[in-house]
Amino acid sequence: MSMVKLPTLALLGAITTGSAALAGDSPHLGKPISEADIKAWDISVLPDGTNLPPGSGTAAQGAKVFGDHGCNQCHGDGGKGGSSNMLVGNPPLTKDGIASNKTIANFWAYPTTVFDYIRRAMPWPTPHTLTDDEVYAICAYLFAANELIPPDEAMNAQTLPKVKMPNHDNFIIKFPDRI
Amino acid sequence: MRKRRSGAPPLEPVAGNGLLHRRALLRSGAMFAGALGSGASLTGAAAEPLTEPEWSQYPGEVTPPLQKPSRFEASVVRTLSNPKGEPRTQHARTPLQMLNGTITPNSLHFTILHSGIPDIDPAQHRFVIHGIVKQPLEFTVDALMRYPMVTRKHFVECGGNSAPMFSPEPIQAPLQALHGLVSCAEWTGVPLSTLLDEAGADPKAAWMLAEGADSLAVSRSVPMKKAYDDAIVALYQNGERLMPGNGYPMRLVLPGYEGNMNTKFLRRIKVVDQPAMTYYESRNYSPLLPDGNAYKFYFVCEVKSFITQPSFGTSLKAPGFYEISGIAYSGTGRITKVMVSADGGKSWAEAAVEGPVSPQAFTRFTMPWRWDGQPAVLTSRAWDDSGAVQPLRADFVALRGQANKVPNVLGFPNQHYNSLTAWGVESSGEIKHVYG
Repeated sequence: MSMVKLPTLALLGAITTGSAALAGDSPHLGKPISEADIKAWDISVLPDGTNLPPGSGTAAQGAKVFGDHGCNQCHGDGGKGGSSNMLVGNPPLTKDGIASNKTIANFWAYPTTVFDYIRRAMPWPTPHTLTDDEVYAICAYLFAANELIPPDEAMNAQTLPKVKMPNHDNFIIKFPDRI
Repeated sequence: MRKRRSGAPPLEPVAGNGLLHRRALLRSGAMFAGALGSGASLTGAAAEPLTEPEWSQYPGEVTPPLQKPSRFEASVVRTLSNPKGEPRTQHARTPLQMLNGTITPNSLHFTILHSGIPDIDPAQHRFVIHGIVKQPLEFTVDALMRYPMVTRKHFVECGGNSAPMFSPEPIQAPLQALHGLVSCAEWTGVPLSTLLDEAGADPKAAWMLAEGADSLAVSRSVPMKKAYDDAIVALYQNGERLMPGNGYPMRLVLPGYEGNMNTKFLRRIKVVDQPAMTYYESRNYSPLLPDGNAYKFYFVCEVKSFITQPSFGTSLKAPGFYEISGIAYSGTGRITKVMVSADGGKSWAEAAVEGPVSPQAFTRFTMPWRWDGQPAVLTSRAWDDSGAVQPLRADFVALRGQANKVPNVLGFPNQHYNSLTAWGVESSGEIKHVYG
């Protein structure tokens, strides 16, 4: 009997140890990677300006980029609206009640959102083709046309996060306990 | 054998316009048929003598490797907002009025693609976790397939689903057009908490950014609270690998949170100390309020229900028995009760709820109904175990407002509608969409 019992007990012990190890451990099948090797994908810009790239652009340069890349085909001449969103214009947020047009000037709370979205998603048919200078230039063009910055102010990693967005304070957090 | 309990359910209506006790059919059998006042059938006409149909006379078709529904079900398809793939978002809405149960078949699960469906080779797909972590990690699909997985049944709903309900007048359109941007599936995948722990995410970091491998790199900020609570990196949908339009080869599933946050084609999570205020969270899913202010971080798809059958587009052929059937679900918990009314909310009766009921999942409710051929207004209202109640339309509109004019049925005049839906049954049997 003891011949049988001892290995059984030993085996039970091994199983117990094994499952305890499983519960407390993890497969660890991810490969370590450096932030430097993620850089090509790390395009997110935060509201405080974190991760804005080097570079610079002005409204005059942006007007040319806007035309050269066919932005007007969807957003209309001067960005005043077409088959896609109005980029330049400041209609009151109560113009059409709760269905009012939300624009950069009347709604968007952070200037960094404009840079982040253009760089990640525009132009729609050929995203990720603009240089960082060109993205800064388009931002400058749109902010100037919306009278959010003077016409000659260059946008760069220092100036862009400081652009004052008129609607910034008009948001209510819906579920504060979930943050 | 079902044990017969004492006290049979009442056969008399339990609420106005012919609603019967929710267990009346299950427990009263022949007595119920008698109470309907109809012998063999509702029409009284006897059945014709049987003959052998054509398909019973010779062997059928060869079995295909991948099944398709019967050709007689060809109308059960999603409706498309952008069938030619013009340079804008494509929506495909689920035909909820033609389905039953609580699981949406994968081929009919709703999808929204902002720049088409990327054709992702799973062997080359990479998913990274980085940011405020001890060690950034890269995962392949093969690696994730080896992890312990969980399987959870959850609805996914577009934050803009039911937007036509913001119309000042009821839009005459099928359920699919009004509420078709919600579906429910069984998702299988790796708990995100396991992967965040492996990377050594800083427990003090409040947010993470999730990003897809689509051409727009659709990106959303997610509270780490949710990431650690019940987030899944899903690889399977109803037992098979994700559909391309639903995020193949992997997607984030955030139970109960608006669809756009459930990042498809998941390729990157960055742990951060502040929300990124991406385009979608800053603009689209920040609903405008009547005073010009707006909500932000409106993550949760709140408690909601609607009747799927009968509904707009169907027509009742004759007075008599019908089963009212519908779906209830809540982003804040488990459905505990659904009330149904056949008189536009004057009187209510509790519907039968099919169990087991899962949190943040479709729950099917049914209610026996004897239609007397007179006008009726069918509607439903749901409760969940967090105490949340589906708001009445008057209360909802008082808080959230409605559009000034009737919008395009495909438009999004606002987001996050979870009030009631009512179907007006006319004496002809036709059913219209009404505000009850």
